[in-house]
Amino acid sequence: MSLGFFRRLAAAFVLGWAGGWGCAALAAPVVGVSAPGDIAPRVRACTQCHDKEGRATSEGFFPRIAGKPAGYLTNQLLHFRDGRRSYPPMTHLIEHLTDDYLREIAAHFATLDLPYPPPPAPQAPPAVLERGRALVQQGDAARRIPACVQCHGPALTGVDPSIPGLLGLPRDYLNSQIGAWATGQRRAQAPDCMADIALRLTPEDVGAVSAWLAAQPVPGRGKPAARLPAAMPVRCGGVEGLPVAAER
Amino acid sequence: MMAWRRVVLMSIAATLAALVVAAVVALNLRGEAPLPAMTEEVPATAAQVARGAYLARGGSCAGCHTARGGAAYAGGRGIETPFGKVFAGNLTPDVATGLGAWSSADFWRALHHGRSRDGRLLYPAFPYPNYTQVTREDSDALYAYLRSLPAVAQPRTPHALRFPFSTQAALAVWRALYFRPGQPPEDLSRSAEWNRGAYLVQGLGHCTACHTPRNALGAERKAQALGGGTVAGQGWYAPALDMPTEAGVAQWPLQDVVALLQTGVAPQGSVTGPMAEVVFRSTQHLTPTDARAIAVYLQALPQRSAPAVVAEPPAAAALARGAKVYEQHCAQCHGDQGQGVPGAIAALAGNRAVLQADTTNLLRVVLQGGYLPATAGNPRPHGMPPFRQVLGDEDVAAVLSFVRNAWGNQAPGVGTIDAYRAREARNP
Repeated sequence: MSLGFFRRLAAAFVLGWAGGWGCAALAAPVVGVSAPGDIAPRVRACTQCHDKEGRATSEGFFPRIAGKPAGYLTNQLLHFRDGRRSYPPMTHLIEHLTDDYLREIAAHFATLDLPYPPPPAPQAPPAVLERGRALVQQGDAARRIPACVQCHGPALTGVDPSIPGLLGLPRDYLNSQIGAWATGQRRAQAPDCMADIALRLTPEDVGAVSAWLAAQPVPGRGKPAARLPAAMPVRCGGVEGLPVAAER
Repeated sequence: MMAWRRVVLMSIAATLAALVVAAVVALNLRGEAPLPAMTEEVPATAAQVARGAYLARGGSCAGCHTARGGAAYAGGRGIETPFGKVFAGNLTPDVATGLGAWSSADFWRALHHGRSRDGRLLYPAFPYPNYTQVTREDSDALYAYLRSLPAVAQPRTPHALRFPFSTQAALAVWRALYFRPGQPPEDLSRSAEWNRGAYLVQGLGHCTACHTPRNALGAERKAQALGGGTVAGQGWYAPALDMPTEAGVAQWPLQDVVALLQTGVAPQGSVTGPMAEVVFRSTQHLTPTDARAIAVYLQALPQRSAPAVVAEPPAAAALARGAKVYEQHCAQCHGDQGQGVPGAIAALAGNRAVLQADTTNLLRVVLQGGYLPATAGNPRPHGMPPFRQVLGDEDVAAVLSFVRNAWGNQAPGVGTIDAYRAREARNP
């Protein structure tokens, strides 16, 4: 203990004073930390799975977080911390962090402006893809399923500050999220519009929507739109401030 | 003749059984005065409510009595024990499902004697073996605070305990063996500050609930108080507070102990796992006076020295593999000499959390990562990345063996089987 402790003290001392003294350092400076206020080294716990700068990894399950709307990311962090989304490793990481700090972490990833890779080749037959496209772009009025584009934006890149884009995500991730909404594993603030919609989708619908979305290229750098061209078709928790069409 | 003998033997057995039952009942009732008939409660003062709010934080009540994302103090969290799961009750003033019908005397009896309003014995997952030392005045303040909360109707989830632990009879036997009502600790030969610290550590703060080892029936081994214990059902080790090689603080400057309690980080170390939660929810909110009192008490604990460990150094191949893993995945933050960054990233050289004999926490930190608690004094902590997805068991074992034997560190290596067990035992 004592030997190591003194060694550590010495290392800290040298780190702190190396500039002034110019003596031979016991240890090379640590590059994981650049400046006291810097956020990037503080979020290495995030980029471990969500990849450098928060782009998605090839693992296929960890979604990209770079460039997502800040309000959306904040909401998701709060959902994980407070049990509305269930992924214990995420909850464990952030359970003792404050709203303010989570907001700062979310803002950091939201400001990253990084290119998306091209999408993988479509993984479903043309008829399935067409069914997915139709649901995404037109919805199904008879079954009270709104079109995805009505809320997630005509380009499907989301809307600031709290509606996420749907492109650039792995098919497996999309499938599992819609499934989780249907089973209550994933929740949002009330009214949880996505839960209602997920319950109206058949498994075939979900598969078709995910397959089509995952195969689309991301326009530009996937920046969320500033506003929606029309009112949202349903009221949703967590996205307050956006106009909602008169409820039927 | 045989019949006569059988009658005598059976009489003796029956008498003995009756005596045991009587003893168990008597031991369960010792010190308990009959409750006063329901009297008009004296209305709580604002100061009493505020005091109660402070004490509730100091006692980490919400840690168990608030479910994740649930209404404050409405109960619902399940506490894992070696005997099954115990669910925390609803402390809000809802009449049907909470404490709405309780008097301050009922509340005091629960805290002091571990008995519910209806007479049921309470499971000691509710740490009344500690709370029994809480004063009546503090009990009344806690009661006043809980009464001031919005009432939430939320029935208690039934406990999921295995037989026979699920029975009141088993609990009565346990209490007869291990529980006796207590008083606030008082040692007139010690300072008022030490006494205050003793009250907070032994009583309200229930530090012994994790930091004291327990016997096979889940009772604290009093002779080894604060000597380090496995946190039941959670897969963490609460290090010994009476050993300089574990979590003892006798040799620290006093203000560093206070800093650890208030911010979660000190020059000598930082908090992880369940202790991160304790700092986040409880100790960071303590007044400087109370935090100091705890520090004074902990520093005065009689210290034990660590048993000498004669360990074979890990195999050279494992160390070489570990060094490579370290360089690739760890050195960027922890430094090429394991020096870390003061106040931000833990040093690994000379770090007793790294060198501790029990490697439970070490393995968990590597596998699941984690942030220090965000506190007023350390609002933007750094986070350790989780390596579960990145490193296999052999690499985890090798890098830990390396870290425990580099830069002057010396400790037994970590086996691949340990890493495997840590990974499989429990997801975070």
